Amino acid sequence: MTTHPVPTDTTAIPDFPAPRSASCPFAPSPQMRALADGGPVSRVRSWGGSTPWVVTGHAEQKALLADPRLSVDFANPGFPSPVDPQYSHPHARPDLSFVGMDDVEHARLRRMISGTFTIKRVEAMRPGIQRMTDTFIDEMLDGPKPVDLVQALALPLPSLVISELLGVPYADHEFFQTNSKTLVSAVATGEQRQTAHAALSQYLDGLIGEKIAEPGDDLLSKLGRHVEAGELTRREAATMGVLLLLGGHETTANMISLGTLLLLQHPEQLAAIRDAEDQHVVVDSVEELLRYLSIVHLGRRRTAVEDIEIAGKTISAGEGVILLGELANRDPLVFEDPDRLDITRNARQHQAFGGGTHHCIGQPLARLELQVLYPTLFRRIPTLRAAVPLEETRFKYDAVIYGLHELPVTW
Amino acid sequence: MKITVDEEKCCGAGQCVLIAPEVFDQRDDDGIVVLLEAEPAAEHQDVVRESASVCPAAAIHLDEKA
Ligand code: HEM
Ligand code: SF4
Repeated sequence: MTTHPVPTDTTAIPDFPAPRSASCPFAPSPQMRALADGGPVSRVRSWGGSTPWVVTGHAEQKALLADPRLSVDFANPGFPSPVDPQYSHPHARPDLSFVGMDDVEHARLRRMISGTFTIKRVEAMRPGIQRMTDTFIDEMLDGPKPVDLVQALALPLPSLVISELLGVPYADHEFFQTNSKTLVSAVATGEQRQTAHAALSQYLDGLIGEKIAEPGDDLLSKLGRHVEAGELTRREAATMGVLLLLGGHETTANMISLGTLLLLQHPEQLAAIRDAEDQHVVVDSVEELLRYLSIVHLGRRRTAVEDIEIAGKTISAGEGVILLGELANRDPLVFEDPDRLDITRNARQHQAFGGGTHHCIGQPLARLELQVLYPTLFRRIPTLRAAVPLEETRFKYDAVIYGLHELPVTW
Repeated sequence: MKITVDEEKCCGAGQCVLIAPEVFDQRDDDGIVVLLEAEPAAEHQDVVRESASVCPAAAIHLDEKA
């Protein structure tokens, strides 16, 4: 379980991060599963000999995510870095606006834009998202096969949706997709990440300037109005734009490709989604896929600012805490037979979007995109199949957001 | 049953609105929860319990005895 000489006493602690098993690419790391079986809160050994806490239990994660005694500020000395410091300059993590801030500042910024993501406003986008999905599938059907589903559908759909919402020209998609991918890569150098972040911030700053001169009814224009009102600096507005553009497409794109591949392995469940007449079947399926895949893996990262007693352990002030959603979402106390994909279960308790004050702001939109995409894809291309065997599929073992580098498909 | 909501904690996720639209709504400007029925009718109490347990911010409190 560990690469160190194995001590015989019980203080042996496993290394983190621990790899997934290549023979079971949809399951969490077997070492972390073993850790979870031993208890909901444990220590691991990470970069530079640090020993942060890892939380694997569902109830414990839910409580901690909503606990103000945990800080997301990565400037805290004990902050458990998601990337090996050899790939990063200490404290040179790119500024991603409010996702890296604690309340009250976090809430001030987040609430400037949260109104855009109410259930009603997002639901009103359904017909537009259906049309976009159909158009991308039309183009796919007209083109050659096999085709890479990531480039033909999984990336274009969420990129177009978030571009229109923000008021970013979709024509620039290659530029923002490439730089976003570098930002979430765990193996890009710190310098590469800084360069990608600078390019994106500069790009968004330019767009915000244009929106201030000529406002539209998009989200960047809204940020521009806050800048004009003196409530937001240009820099704050630009980094908020980067966060939304990045969060808006990388995550959803990986859910689309990975979810499609998983369903192709479970043809009877795929058929149930394809043939569903009741929208609830689709809604429940999407929740189960979010739970099962938990693509934002490797943990929510926090630092304790006060001592916290949890599950019989004491997390001391200053210690790092890593909340592993992929294990919470397979906690047998909450999900019966958790390793079984079952689109008919009630999976709504999952934490694939995190929890507490940083709970994903875009989740109604992501859910809607997935609810439109899966059934439409399987209805329009009922003979869809992977064009390469599972063993040859390239999984994103090396990214903060799990998914597929490409998914060649044919029909 | 009596419901209270914590507007400070609420992250505007709208899970409550999806599950129990008769009882919860969201403010237009920032998506923060609006309580429509502080004392929900008996037929809505199950969905209210589910909303409280699914709420990602633990912002919905139920007093079952009230
Ligand atoms: C299936 C797709 C998605 C998944 C699995 C996902 C997952 C997550 C998770 C786990 C967090 C919590 C981070 C933390 O606690 O440290 C988060 C936060 C966030 N997400 Fe998403 N997300 C998705 C789609 C989206 C979309 C479509 C958008 C934009 C429209 C978005 C924007 C954000 C933002 C801005 C935050 C920061 C929230 C805050 O700190 O208050 N996400 N997301
Ligand atoms: S589910 Fe909770 S966080 Fe979401 S809107 Fe309702 S009260 Fe707020």
